[in-house]
Amino acid sequence: MPARAKVEPTPNLVERANLEVLGLRVDLGATGVDIVDEISFAVGPGAVTGLVGESGSGKTTVALALLGAARPGARIVGGQVLVAGGDVLAMSPRQLRAIRGALISYLPQDPSSALNPSLRIEEQIHEALSAHDFGGTEQARRERMVAVLEDVKLPSDRHMLRRFPHQLSGGQQQRAALAMAFACRPRVIVMDEPTTGLDVSTQAHILETVRQLSSDYAVSVLYVSHDLAVISEIADDVLVMYGGRIVDEGPARDVLGRPEHPYTIALRKALPEVERRRRLDGIPGAPPMPGTRPAGCGFADRCPFAEAECRAAEPPLVEVRDGRLIRCVRLDAVRQAPIEPATPPAAPAPATSDPGAVLSVTGLTAGYGEVEILHDVGLELMPGQCLALVGESGSGKTTLTKAIAGIHTDRSGSITHRGTELALASRDRPPEMRRRIQYIFQNPFASLSPRRTIGSIIAQPLSLLLDLSRRELRDEVARGLDQVSLRPGLVDRYPDELSGGERQRVAIARALAVKPEVLLCDEITSALDVSVQALILTMLHELQRDLGLSLLFTTHNLAVVSSIADEVVVLQDGAIVERGPVEEVLGAPTHAYTRALLADSPKLVVPR
Amino acid sequence: MLGRALRLTKTRIGVAIAGAVIAVAVVGPFVASPPPDKVVGPPFLDPSSGFALGTDVLGRSVLSRLLNGGWVILLCALIATIIGVGFGALLGIVAAWRFGVRDELIMRSLDVVLSFPPIILGLLLVSIVGAKLWLVVLAVALWHAPGSARVVRSVALEVRRRDFVQMSEALGVPTWRIMLGDIVPNVASQILVEFGLRLTWSIGLIASLAFLGFGRQPPSADWGYMIYENLVGLTIQPWGVVAPIALIALLTVGINFVTDGIQRAVVGIVRDGDAG
Repeated sequence: MPARAKVEPTPNLVERANLEVLGLRVDLGATGVDIVDEISFAVGPGAVTGLVGESGSGKTTVALALLGAARPGARIVGGQVLVAGGDVLAMSPRQLRAIRGALISYLPQDPSSALNPSLRIEEQIHEALSAHDFGGTEQARRERMVAVLEDVKLPSDRHMLRRFPHQLSGGQQQRAALAMAFACRPRVIVMDEPTTGLDVSTQAHILETVRQLSSDYAVSVLYVSHDLAVISEIADDVLVMYGGRIVDEGPARDVLGRPEHPYTIALRKALPEVERRRRLDGIPGAPPMPGTRPAGCGFADRCPFAEAECRAAEPPLVEVRDGRLIRCVRLDAVRQAPIEPATPPAAPAPATSDPGAVLSVTGLTAGYGEVEILHDVGLELMPGQCLALVGESGSGKTTLTKAIAGIHTDRSGSITHRGTELALASRDRPPEMRRRIQYIFQNPFASLSPRRTIGSIIAQPLSLLLDLSRRELRDEVARGLDQVSLRPGLVDRYPDELSGGERQRVAIARALAVKPEVLLCDEITSALDVSVQALILTMLHELQRDLGLSLLFTTHNLAVVSSIADEVVVLQDGAIVERGPVEEVLGAPTHAYTRALLADSPKLVVPR
Repeated sequence: MLGRALRLTKTRIGVAIAGAVIAVAVVGPFVASPPPDKVVGPPFLDPSSGFALGTDVLGRSVLSRLLNGGWVILLCALIATIIGVGFGALLGIVAAWRFGVRDELIMRSLDVVLSFPPIILGLLLVSIVGAKLWLVVLAVALWHAPGSARVVRSVALEVRRRDFVQMSEALGVPTWRIMLGDIVPNVASQILVEFGLRLTWSIGLIASLAFLGFGRQPPSADWGYMIYENLVGLTIQPWGVVAPIALIALLTVGINFVTDGIQRAVVGIVRDGDAG
């Protein structure tokens, strides 16, 4: 590791910031290619800084480096990370252990894997405290445990303390993890997408708790997220990362209110909004990986403003006004570009003369053995309609779509397709019916067999449900790829060579290949970046309109609902509590649950 | 995956060692002279006598017998492992497909077989039917099946619950095609690891049975039996014992290195610098 110049932090800096990062660089040890570079920022006491960017932009690399850690294969080669004045990167492993958890702590994304499943909650928190001999006495640690549980709004009674992680809900798990991170009163907490897997109401409560803890105890928080709306709700300052560099930084009010870097603008355009229906513009392509980054500006290949000068040299991070730094040489052109006309709404679904419902569900009750998940649910899907099914995890929305698809068979009640009753299991339905109703899974990383080529994945339903010659089959696969805007060359590739967005396109192509009437989409964008989600939603919407598809779209994200759906059904605990046209339900919700969901949905608000 | 495994130095060393021993066993019978069963001199001559590795208990050339005595062990081990792991994998996949009565039935009856120590199982069968080579192969295969079934079942259970299998079910793909098209390819790498591991066991086991006299019958050469034959002369002419032991050990170590490399590639420890 190259020798690092020892720079004494200036006294007033120590007063100002708990966390100060100067010129951080992390590279791939084997090749020396940088993963992130030139990262500098500071977070003051009681302040929250949001770090935003797509997956692959280097967010987690920065977050880990703040604790002096790097993933296997990567190494921290330059810069300083000052936590309360001490340089983390110059510390010995022993010193690092002493400050981790005590001065700076880390809250990972998935609380279910962050907590040790075989330790009770009290043991988990006690471990965090005793590792740093907090308080000196056992009595003091006990008191601290109770206090910190109250701080994170978990009950501190014996009942809670004696529980194991699997006996807690996802939100409670994340609160317990937060309590561990917060136990020793650190000066800095690094949070890596801590609410990504959680329901909106849980997320809203956690965000509020973090906000409050930060200001009450003057803790500096670095909050990493891919979601601009979440960032806007919690952050005082925003850092936008792309291709391993900070490309836009400043006060949240400024960055979100006046997005001027092309990437920040693009991220905003990709973000669906609850309040209004508008066209979503995704960002085509994917962030460049280390080693394959173009010369000059990393964003140039995806940027509508890019010119030759962008590719000539890497643009510097320039202060454009007080506290606002932007890395773009085409800033003048971006500013002069005409402001988009007030969000053209997506075209409404074409009216059909067909009066009958294509799919109708009545008195559906479903569950797993003794446990009943859906209670007497009924709904109708009209031809050419997009019906959104909204609810939190555990509301039964996946069970409902799987029952319709014939994957979940433990149910009673009636599901009919144009008047024909559907058998419980899809294998008992006639092939024609299996063709007409297609299901797309939530997670494209699990729904494509890793040992099949893309061509064979798309061909599977075709060869099974339609009688095609070899040649026709090949043509249909090519058409399917084209339909979802994928290169024909992907036919011979395997899923692990594709990005998440590309995989989900393959899954959509597989479902569309047999020309279905009804498409059941189960949270199909929840595993994807916002920029990719926008592309998929826009594509799906156009396909629906062009092919006259009926869409049943499951989601927990109300903003997604408002950008794609015509009608919405709200599910709570396995029962429908509200339904109607999207504008009505989201504009003037009547049920308390819908109102709560609406209030808790993260919205891009520009702080004043 | 194999390419990824081959990037490890250890795998390459393994391929080189195992390849050399296999070459000796396969090419050996064609180049060996004098014939392995021909008495060429007094017993237990040392290598200075003009015979590269000296002579054995009956005055035959150790080198000739060494070159001739490998292929049977190798072939038997290979066949036994293919049958054992193949049959076990099949049972494991079927058991994983319908967890329930059928699963219990398959796994519990395999447990019964598994409870016999392998040598005892082999001896038991041989003492009933007689010392037949095919019986040795069958006994070893029979012993491999339950263990392989367990490993493959646990992996197949996990694959079976994945979305793409549900997807195929929802499309109405026939069960046997789901097993062949979706499950087998996704457990293949683990089967390969299991195969490599069990191949080394087979070699050891078959050599042990040959040592006990249940292999290729004399006067034909056999590495396992060579060790037994020449044991009496160990102090005067060690080569007759040491050489076959060394070859068996090298072969085992080599195959283990390769298997270890494949396993690492499967688990994903070998990767190109991926980060982001």
